[in-house]
Amino acid sequence: MISGYPLYLLGRLGQFALVVFIGINIAFIVTHATPIDPVEQSIAAATQFGSTSPEAIALMRQSLRELYGLEGDLAEQYVAFWRRVAVGDFGPSLSAFPTPVSVLIGRALPWTVSLLVVSTLLTWALGNLLGGLAGYYAKNRTLRLAGLLAMAFHPIPYYIVAFLLLIVFGYLWPVLPISGGYKMNMTRDWSWEFIGSLLSHAILPVCSLALVGLGGWFMGMRSLVSNIVTEDYVTYAELGGVKRGRILGSYVMRNALVPQVTGLAMSLGAIFNGAIITEQVFGYPGVGTLLVSAVHVGDYSLVLGITTVSIVAVSLAVLLIDLLYPLLDPRVKVR
Amino acid sequence: MGRIFIDLLRLNRQFAAGIVLLSLVTLFALLSFVSPYPPNDSFVVPPDLPPSWTNLMGTTSRGQDLFWLLTFAIRNTLLFGITVAVISRILALVIGLVAGYSGGLVDRALMSINDTFIVIPLFPILVLFYFVMKDHMSWGLLALMMACLGWAYDARLIRSVALSLRTREFTETGIFSGMSMRRILVEEHLPYVLPIVFSTTMNNINWSIGFEVTLSVLGFTDINTPTVGVLIYWANQHTALVAGIWWWIFFPVLLVILTFIGLFLLAVSMNEHIDPRSRLGRSEG
Repeated sequence: MISGYPLYLLGRLGQFALVVFIGINIAFIVTHATPIDPVEQSIAAATQFGSTSPEAIALMRQSLRELYGLEGDLAEQYVAFWRRVAVGDFGPSLSAFPTPVSVLIGRALPWTVSLLVVSTLLTWALGNLLGGLAGYYAKNRTLRLAGLLAMAFHPIPYYIVAFLLLIVFGYLWPVLPISGGYKMNMTRDWSWEFIGSLLSHAILPVCSLALVGLGGWFMGMRSLVSNIVTEDYVTYAELGGVKRGRILGSYVMRNALVPQVTGLAMSLGAIFNGAIITEQVFGYPGVGTLLVSAVHVGDYSLVLGITTVSIVAVSLAVLLIDLLYPLLDPRVKVR
Repeated sequence: MGRIFIDLLRLNRQFAAGIVLLSLVTLFALLSFVSPYPPNDSFVVPPDLPPSWTNLMGTTSRGQDLFWLLTFAIRNTLLFGITVAVISRILALVIGLVAGYSGGLVDRALMSINDTFIVIPLFPILVLFYFVMKDHMSWGLLALMMACLGWAYDARLIRSVALSLRTREFTETGIFSGMSMRRILVEEHLPYVLPIVFSTTMNNINWSIGFEVTLSVLGFTDINTPTVGVLIYWANQHTALVAGIWWWIFFPVLLVILTFIGLFLLAVSMNEHIDPRSRLGRSEG
């Protein structure tokens, strides 16, 4: 009988497989079970202007069916769909023909991943630290004000916050670059100038993600800490003369962080949504911008490719957090 | 129920603020029923007028009075949020209660599926959905889709309460007196989880409106039904900011932010009220 860490590992891997399985199935259902035929729609759009010969239309229909993976019966289509996912081949992009979709996504993914990692870690760390302090020093006025501010931004969706920052720094007080990933026409070498440009272009996307994200971690940590400080062992430590910083750091925060890590894994999907929405607002050259422009030019294989890659990437990231989780919570090992 | 409401209003400033904000927004939405202009008519007033006493929020480049147009938009947006919340509530309740009550394998299976729906990034899926539907996309269809994808977080919460209800004595009594599972869940367990359902409903409305606004601003919904997001979409299409028609952007954004903060305050304060520890802390201090 396996137990402890291996069992935990097996469970997490199973969950990962399930997320990918259900996610891909949803993508399949959405693309195949709708009454609308994408092929006929594309043909209608293409033949809207001017007349096209019937032979050309037949040829077009044939190649489009192939491209959309609509050949054969539903079972065959389903198998073909999975095969494409498994080998990561979504065919050529329609809008950037003949570049393969995987190349386009591969080019955009590093931008999204770095934006996501930096902003999430920053937000999570800062939110938990401030929230922990606010829970421990409940009477502190500055921390209360910080909490109020974090809460005010928290319920506003990513798009609106990003949009507000865009208006403020694009029109009212234009000091920061509001579009793109680096200065246009700059050579992409690793010079200080280029890195500086990269950083300054990342400020607004990171800030808007942080503004929305901070409140959640802040409030969660504050209520966790304010419950933990009433526990007996904290009172005992205080009576025993343990330094306050040590109580807060090793006695209170460490315990409170455990559910916050689970929370991070659970909200990763939502954070990812926020990141790609924010990218689009600031024209950041990541997956989100690619996705929206793919829809606008009608690039089916690219949209499908991005959806699939997103599902797999987010579940991989969740798996990674799950695997690190036992480092923080030793109970997993003995269970 | 009425007693709780008055207590909350008196003791909890967050709740009171939330109620005031939402009442204002609702009142504004109700004004749409006395609007002098139908929502989809354009060029009924001179275009691009700044806010004045005759046009309180100015007019759009499409010759619409922004004040009256916005009453329709916020009504549709609120209705959207409520529709999604009602449908997803039913799903969350059924799955959460059944999982918590059954326990064991059923619980684990349902929660695995549940966690999957929490993790999956919805935005690309909704965009894919729009891409397939294109012109056939409608307000109702999007609401249905969002409801099918947005129940998971609340189902988990409901299940955690149901799990502890399962071990209570009254559940045992119910089982021994031959109540069916359906009756136990509906008559015995449902009343216990309802307070949580109320608070999560606010969060769910917030969530779905947020998505609706985002998708509409990008033009990924039915852009002929006025919602707050669709309004901003048209303003962007007419490059309102560059043209200096700031009111076309400002008022929809302001209104939707007030809605978000109002709903959020209600959710937070109700959550606090449900937890007796924090409720006592508040009424003392």
